[in-house]
Amino acid sequence: MVKADHIHNDEPAISVKHIAKNFILPHEKSTSLKTNIVSIFKQKRRTKETQRALKDVSFDIKKGEFFGILGRNGSGKSTLLKILAEIYQPTNGSVKVNGKLVPFIELGVGFNPELTGRENVYLNGALLGFSRKEIDDRYDDIVSFAELEDFMDQKLKNYSSGMQVRLAFSVATRAEADILLVDEVLAVGDADFQRKCFEYFKGLKRTGKTVVFVTHDMSAVREYCDEAILINEGVVAFNGSADRVADEYLKLFNRATDDENTEKVGSERWGNGQVELIDNEFVIGDTIKFSMEIKSKIDIEDVVVGFRFYDESNNILAGASSVNARIGAVRGIVFKKDKSKQVTFECENILGTGTYRLGYTIRLTDMVTVCDDNENLLTFRYNRPESHQPIICPVTLTINQE
Amino acid sequence: MLEDIKARYRYSLLLMRELVITEFKLRYQGSVLGYLWSLLKPLFLFSILYFVFVHFLRIGSDIPDWPLAMLLGIVLWNFFGEITGGGLGSVVARGDVIRKINFPKYVIVVASSISAFINLLLNLVIIAIFMIITGVDLHWGALLAPLYILELFIFAIGLAFMFAALFVRLRDINHIWEIISQALFYGSAVIYPIAMVAEQSAFLAKLLLLNPIAQSIQDVRHSLINEVNPTLYTMTGSVVIASIPIVLSLLTFFIGAYYFKKKAPYFAENV
Repeated sequence: MVKADHIHNDEPAISVKHIAKNFILPHEKSTSLKTNIVSIFKQKRRTKETQRALKDVSFDIKKGEFFGILGRNGSGKSTLLKILAEIYQPTNGSVKVNGKLVPFIELGVGFNPELTGRENVYLNGALLGFSRKEIDDRYDDIVSFAELEDFMDQKLKNYSSGMQVRLAFSVATRAEADILLVDEVLAVGDADFQRKCFEYFKGLKRTGKTVVFVTHDMSAVREYCDEAILINEGVVAFNGSADRVADEYLKLFNRATDDENTEKVGSERWGNGQVELIDNEFVIGDTIKFSMEIKSKIDIEDVVVGFRFYDESNNILAGASSVNARIGAVRGIVFKKDKSKQVTFECENILGTGTYRLGYTIRLTDMVTVCDDNENLLTFRYNRPESHQPIICPVTLTINQE
Repeated sequence: MLEDIKARYRYSLLLMRELVITEFKLRYQGSVLGYLWSLLKPLFLFSILYFVFVHFLRIGSDIPDWPLAMLLGIVLWNFFGEITGGGLGSVVARGDVIRKINFPKYVIVVASSISAFINLLLNLVIIAIFMIITGVDLHWGALLAPLYILELFIFAIGLAFMFAALFVRLRDINHIWEIISQALFYGSAVIYPIAMVAEQSAFLAKLLLLNPIAQSIQDVRHSLINEVNPTLYTMTGSVVIASIPIVLSLLTFFIGAYYFKKKAPYFAENV
């Protein structure tokens, strides 16, 4: 008996073998008969494009494992998740699922704004496999977990989005699954709700459920996942412990941006090139230090140098320039023909955990003449130790003649 | 055995039940008369058609209980129209759910047909009331009526399966079906007695009755209202010919269900 159990547990919860998925995308989607007929008469076959979202993906997920699927946008990780959830059919290969699987691809599937909260609980519950009676038994728990006791007989359209998410999550947590597929649900809701989600997922880990977690949040991967795979361009780029895969992800991510830099000099880097960046060094630790080696092709004395940090959503977070009043009285930096200078910005580390982009600009004091500008010098991931609190601080600037 | 079937279809059944309940709640939400409308609509249509065709044009005045037979025809036609029309758009309408969770897709089409079925039952209650008022004699043949209704249901849901799957890729289907069903309505002897056609051409009348809609409506009239309503069997006397529409219904069902089953795994990426 014990032995049988042991064998049973050795069986992977999910076994994926050589999965491939192609999407056939007609260039002009034909949804009407007319376009079909017209294309027959044109005697020109509509060009169809085959998008190979997944090429050859194989991996096993052990029972009780917290398994991360990492990848950048468009890498095929969401397609993979939909195949695991049997929403999509793989073009090739097979998936073997061992146990009851519940997808959390999106919360509140089937929610209808015209129905009351109560009616939606039953509808959503049915999609997750609950009978009326089973929901009856859990109903009070669901409502109190969602903290919506006073709203259940109101129509869902009168709920705030936060309330809807709470209700949906509350129903979803009742699902008695062996395997859960989670697609970045943790990213929604307010801080309080996120805390609840984290607690719920920690609880799942304790009860030995298998959880498949798709994300590009490295800190969540490191915190929760045991094993992970990295999907890149439709194949498994790395497979191993969560920490190692997260490291590989960052490497790949940074290398990709380096490639972009060299490739996109024409598009992202621009300016007249009279004064230009020839080398740079970026160090992040207790302080952020950004050194730029700048060379001029002409004698010039009114050069302005600046840098900026952007977050993942392209918002400017922080920045400074050599004319910034807080830095000092520097007006224009003086350059001699064919000589270079080292310009170093240094400030206390004000960044929290996240992915950031660094850009710089070299201009003249009129701020209109651009010599060298690149909004996308490099992208980096920073994991802030919890003891460090982000602070705002003045920036110092030093200029050394080489 | 029964438990096995119950376990296997547990998810489908409980999901179907919720979908039917939801559809019912949503359909007449915010309307004062609510569910009464599904009874009032066929009655109003009947009143209009009665005044035009029976009262003024004097169609069917020589056939006993014709107005009642006509009402029955309208009710059965509505049943057919609701299943095919509702089923056609049902899969596309549930596109957002299909893209997010895997479930047996046929549930959607069957759920939309069940509300048509409930409407039919309520409408048949009205028919029964009229039958009592007008004093129609019931005979043992009335027991066959549910079988003919089942045949109509099988034919309708077979079409619904096919249209629902086609509609995912080809959005012209609803317009095409609208036109065809108009033609079928006038071609299925719903608002005129088939005897009227038979007077002109017996062959044409028999031909019309090969259509499962006309045949089943006529058979229900024959068995439930009055035996003067001719059926394909009474007109031809041939069991083989009389079974053609039944075979046609079953064939439509199997082809429709097969096509739907073949296409269902790809609804999520195409819808």
